[in-house]
Amino acid sequence: MTVSSFKTIPAPHEIARHLAVSRRDFLRSTAGLALGTALMGGSPFVHGEAASKKRKVIVITFGGGARDQETFAPEGQENIPYMLHELAPQSSFFTQVMNQGILGHYVATASLATGVYETLNNFSAVPPEHPTVFEYFRKDLNRPSSSAWVVAPSNGFNRIGESEYRSYGPGLGAKVILPKHLLSAATSKAPADYNHLLRDNYETPLYTPQIGGGEFELQQMESILKLSVDDFKTHARTVSSPDELSVYIAKRLMKQESPNLLWITMHDIDIAHSGAYSLYIDAIRRTDRLCAELWKAVQAEPEYAGNTTMFILPDFGRDADEDAGGNGFQHHRTGDPASRTTWMMALGTGVRQGTVYDRPVQSIDLVPTLGAIMGFSPKLSQGKPIHELL
Amino acid sequence: MLPSDLKAEQFTGYPPKARKLVLTHLGALQQLPLSFVPSLLRELIDYDFKFPAERTSIDHELATLSSLSPAQLKEWFQAFSQLSLSSKLQNLDWVNQPAQFVEQLSAYLWTTHQLNAFREAAIAYGNRTRATRPTEPVPIPPLGIAVIGQGVPSYDEPLFRNLRKHGTYFKQVKPENGVQLLMAAVEARAKAHPVPYGHWYVDGGQPADHSPSLSCVSFQQLEPVRAALLKNIQTEIAKPGMGPEELRTHMALLSPADLGMGRGGDEVMDRFEVKLLTEGSGTQIFSTTFAQWTAREVLRRAQPLTLFVRFAPRQRQRPMNELLTGGDSNPELDLTGSLIDADMGAYYQWINQQRLPGAERSSFLVWFEGHSQALAIAPSLPRGTESNSNLDLGQLLSLAAG
Repeated sequence: MTVSSFKTIPAPHEIARHLAVSRRDFLRSTAGLALGTALMGGSPFVHGEAASKKRKVIVITFGGGARDQETFAPEGQENIPYMLHELAPQSSFFTQVMNQGILGHYVATASLATGVYETLNNFSAVPPEHPTVFEYFRKDLNRPSSSAWVVAPSNGFNRIGESEYRSYGPGLGAKVILPKHLLSAATSKAPADYNHLLRDNYETPLYTPQIGGGEFELQQMESILKLSVDDFKTHARTVSSPDELSVYIAKRLMKQESPNLLWITMHDIDIAHSGAYSLYIDAIRRTDRLCAELWKAVQAEPEYAGNTTMFILPDFGRDADEDAGGNGFQHHRTGDPASRTTWMMALGTGVRQGTVYDRPVQSIDLVPTLGAIMGFSPKLSQGKPIHELL
Repeated sequence: MLPSDLKAEQFTGYPPKARKLVLTHLGALQQLPLSFVPSLLRELIDYDFKFPAERTSIDHELATLSSLSPAQLKEWFQAFSQLSLSSKLQNLDWVNQPAQFVEQLSAYLWTTHQLNAFREAAIAYGNRTRATRPTEPVPIPPLGIAVIGQGVPSYDEPLFRNLRKHGTYFKQVKPENGVQLLMAAVEARAKAHPVPYGHWYVDGGQPADHSPSLSCVSFQQLEPVRAALLKNIQTEIAKPGMGPEELRTHMALLSPADLGMGRGGDEVMDRFEVKLLTEGSGTQIFSTTFAQWTAREVLRRAQPLTLFVRFAPRQRQRPMNELLTGGDSNPELDLTGSLIDADMGAYYQWINQQRLPGAERSSFLVWFEGHSQALAIAPSLPRGTESNSNLDLGQLLSLAAG
């Protein structure tokens, strides 16, 4: 944050709008999506009460945003073939999702999960200040603990499942699985074979918060996921990144527990903090493939097929190349429009397929939207339901 | 404490040139808001170890501030004054530890949702000071050179994609002796226009033979410093209570002596190199990141007339903790990944070069080392075109830079 490094740039809202329009035009021309404002009509979410009991929601966030030029801009399309050609045509696509909060991955993910711009220390293993979507869901709908799960990338996320908010809090949130933590515990005697899966928090590679809270432990893997430690280790040898391991665990969860609310946070893309552009691009391509893989898993699981809505969104963007205060794709420190503006894809049950919306929405609008879809009331959320999804 | 409480004796810990400068302009500093002054002091406290271009910029900024009337200062800094700061920030020793203050200010602005307001105030201030700065002609138009892809036998994907619309893509250059020809041209510029820290050579690997008239930074030459830094970090993180913010503060305070450096008296260069490693992310482990970040910092700080950057292969990705412990003297290399990194790095080098004085007359050349592909950007060359000219690198550089 150097005062003298700032230069004249267009107004932030102009840049944000430009980003949104670029995404919209690109999706319309390439993936054949229609402009949403022309299609407003009856709600696709008109379902009976019985249907809502079976309703499943999966949220995939990228902890480590990807910019337009590497994804939905024309020059980035080669990096996201699955999202572009398979998922986007089935989705309602929101081109302008603004994050007005702190651009650190844990605090931003916590904000996404509470519907409030949280101000907790991004690098501490502390719970969100406000109730999470998991607490609203379970308390309002009287759902068991098996109904809400989080699969998260690093130790710092182990408290994301529930707040300490009075009248919500401990015991009412989601169970959290940290696949890397599990693998580390499972391979404590021979970690070398698995080093490629134990990559770390790229924002602070040297710092790993102490685990403490309701995270999922190794011994539960066999009883809940029906997965032996040996099988887990054997499978881990076949995957190439931490996010691949997370998706593997998520699919086991879907098969064994069938949670109604499953939240998966990916993290491979944040390798961008190392400054190696090729590794950042590799991670985007991997994440693109993994999103499609999860969507295929939804179709293949009887508990999920036909009654699942899946949301995919980066937690925020990354700095623009032209911002003198940053270093392009490497970080998300400037707070410029490129780092604050991202997108969201909703697909599956109740979604208008092939529709693109370019009005601005906020990342904290996700929780009230999920509340409206699933039938709970996120009283303390500061976002607004996205009416195009209701 | 607020800036209005500033007194001359509080700056006894500043190096001599910095102290003299502060005292000359103390009256102006006393009238500025707390949300601004420590950012300026962060630059001032290092004044004795800054490059000439940075000193000129600071001199001008302070002279401008001192020339403003109280009413003008109030108007210039109104947006900064409207930011709400905590008493905890006020109580920090921001005179002697301005960098730590700025770090905490940044966190506070994010937390209190005031970062956008600060950002807008800073942009407006930057525009104002730039507008008042006299435009002194540069001796020669700036020249940037990026050599990428060392050791890559072949690559079929298109290169220079971000730069093509800005210049001419040469498909049939003669690669023979390319590095030597470019180095000779760079050295000739340095000889013809000797300017302190005006001509630079950055290498992501082992540096090639070069004239002492070039300021040189290389990844390999800094290997002992990188090793000392990584060892220092490992020691620090083992201490109780150490977290990421504490570690960053610790790294910001490291001096060349802490890392075993000694360049025969060039403390400006020593401190610059330490900052490359302590402020850059990934510069300690990936040579491509090191070269890109160094180019950025050279352009931002030294404002050179000439910058020649030669990227080298980086080590293959491994777990970050493993990379940061160092110790592997012969790591596996990622040649293709390094080429992609460097291709983007060259684009960033050109973007940052565009911010230099005289940029409208500047030239830029990027070459795929050992191969026949290059791209040149210059006022005299057409944009978005291709050429089959069969030039060697020396001829191509002459064509671009004149």
